Amino acid sequence: MKIRYLVQKEIKRRKLNFALCLLSVIVAVVSVCSVFTMLEIYDLRTKEIVQKKEQETKERMDSLEDDYRKITKQLGFNLLILPKNQNISDVYANDFASKFMPEEYVEILANTKSMLIRHLLPSLQQKIVWPEKHRTIVLAGTRGEVPFAHKAPKEPMMVAVPKGTMIIGYELHQSLGVKVGDKLRIMNREFTVQKCNESRGNIDDITIWIDLKESQELLNKPGKINAILALSCHCHGGNLGKIRDEVNSVLPETQVYEKGSRVLIRAEARDRAAKEAKEAIQAEIKQRKDLRKERENLAAIIVPLVLLTSVVWIVFLFMGNVRERKSEIGILRAVGVNEVSIMKLFLLKAFWIGIIGAFCGYVLGIGGGSILGGLFSTSLVNVPLFVAVIILAPLLSIIAAWVPAVIASRQDPAEVLKEE
Amino acid sequence: MIEIKNITKIYNKEGAEVRALDDYSLSIEKGEFVAIQGASGCGKTTLLLSIGGLLSPDKGSVVINGNAVYDMPVEERTVFRAKTMGFVFQQYHLIPYLNVLENIRVPALAAQGEVPEERLEMLIKTLGLKERINHTPAELSAGEKQRTALARALLFEPDILLADEITGNLDEKNVEIVMNCLFEYQKAGGTIVLVSHDTALCKRADRIEELTVK
Ligand SMILES: Nc1ncnc2c1ncn2[C@@H]1O[C@H](COP(=O)(O)OP(=O)(O)OP(=O)(O)O)[C@@H](O)[C@H]1O
Ligand SMILES: [Mg+2]
Repeated sequence: MKIRYLVQKEIKRRKLNFALCLLSVIVAVVSVCSVFTMLEIYDLRTKEIVQKKEQETKERMDSLEDDYRKITKQLGFNLLILPKNQNISDVYANDFASKFMPEEYVEILANTKSMLIRHLLPSLQQKIVWPEKHRTIVLAGTRGEVPFAHKAPKEPMMVAVPKGTMIIGYELHQSLGVKVGDKLRIMNREFTVQKCNESRGNIDDITIWIDLKESQELLNKPGKINAILALSCHCHGGNLGKIRDEVNSVLPETQVYEKGSRVLIRAEARDRAAKEAKEAIQAEIKQRKDLRKERENLAAIIVPLVLLTSVVWIVFLFMGNVRERKSEIGILRAVGVNEVSIMKLFLLKAFWIGIIGAFCGYVLGIGGGSILGGLFSTSLVNVPLFVAVIILAPLLSIIAAWVPAVIASRQDPAEVLKEE
Repeated sequence: MIEIKNITKIYNKEGAEVRALDDYSLSIEKGEFVAIQGASGCGKTTLLLSIGGLLSPDKGSVVINGNAVYDMPVEERTVFRAKTMGFVFQQYHLIPYLNVLENIRVPALAAQGEVPEERLEMLIKTLGLKERINHTPAELSAGEKQRTALARALLFEPDILLADEITGNLDEKNVEIVMNCLFEYQKAGGTIVLVSHDTALCKRADRIEELTVK
């Protein structure tokens, strides 16, 4: 016969004492595990909320970006690359540049690995008096967009004007009664009207677009252009300095201007929105962190209190158990059972209470915490917590039972055996 | 062989001194059946516990088989007790959550080797407990409880059996069973110290020792 057997039998026989001890361990373990689980759920929720917000922000940013792209396209070319010696005030005063640069410049630019600009359009523009009609017009020669050598080809914003044809601005075709297919002469050269533009409300309305080569011949500027129109890449909105550096590094004899500040404002608005969204998320995270800290602090008070209560409770229950078993201890001592074995009789019981209490308490604690936290997930099964509970609960239970066990082992057997 | 030399046991209860034993000496031979008789409160139980190494006298010595019991360290004395002595008390002191069979086997806890199963069976038979082995003490009669306690005391064939008022609650039939068992044990070489105030019972012993109130 072993002490272990006696412990088993005693537990089976005195179920109430065992159940009450067990209950106290379970309460302690449940309180610890449920607190951990609820904090864990809180963290999961925080993660979920932040993820959702980030997703929302991203979608909003994407949509803003898309808007931006559309707007940029609507606005047309927003960069103007001009010869270096061109006075910008002359451009504003005359609506076109008066200095010229070689047409090859556009090829040079197209062959660089530009990150910041897209859609290159070489042009030669000059305000002239249309001799045949006696009207001031802008004659613009263009050969269509020059594709970048290192970029996937994009759908051009402006198609080339075929030789011998023209595109005519709104004001001109309206006042002259011109229709598509009409033949018009400019400086003794005949052009077929290929397209009549809609009203744009700017100088385009008195502009005639023809082939670049032909314009160079008409204006007597062979191989020359006076501007390259381009579009700044939306992803780097507003960063004109970088664009300038990039262009100047390959074409030192040029200068870059930006027109259409709406693009810039849009880009800025988008950046601001992104920043605000990020700050909002940061604030949310901080708020939730503060709340978690509060809960942690509360748990830090309640959990030790529950643990202490349950230890005291176990001490009392074991004291009662020892008193109840005085006669048993007396006869065991008389029969020759030593003090250590008497202690084992109680500590082994405490150990089993701790182990069983830890198991039940863990399951109930995780379950209860899940119910209270309103979240069920296998990720809540916390192995380190389980290990800690499985070790600490029996330890705590043994510590609680220690003093009663010592009292039992020190009990004078003669005292009990003398009683009649 | 039990040698009690000039033992004195004084209890102190709220300042009042009770001299339970006063300079008492007694010698018991191996295989002897000694009855200790005396009035209530004369110190019979005190003497028995002193012999059993459970109650240290204030003066004098107890020597059993050449060993001065109270000169041994506590743990050694516990082992010695387990090896040489069996106890039976009027109050039986059975363990309530064990059945009869388990209660009889309890001395095995003190690790004196394997339970002698044949002897166990023999004791159960001679003490008439065969039908009761699965019962718990709460389900037993006083006689059955006392017989179980006796079987427990005799399981490992101790050299000495210390019995305190073991027939107090028993009817004639049970007294006979118990006495027969004691004689059997004596025949096999056991030494018996029986405390009783029943004169008729004491007369059946080899020797009667009278204890007087001081
Ligand atoms: N712990 C104690 N404190 C004080 N006095 C005690 C204590 N134990 C026993 N006594 C006293 O010592 C005396 C002897 O007690 P003991 O139990 O040995 O008597 P007894 O002969 O066995 O009596 P009974 O026949 O009633 O069993 C009694 O007077 C008793 O009151
Ligand atoms: Mg007595």
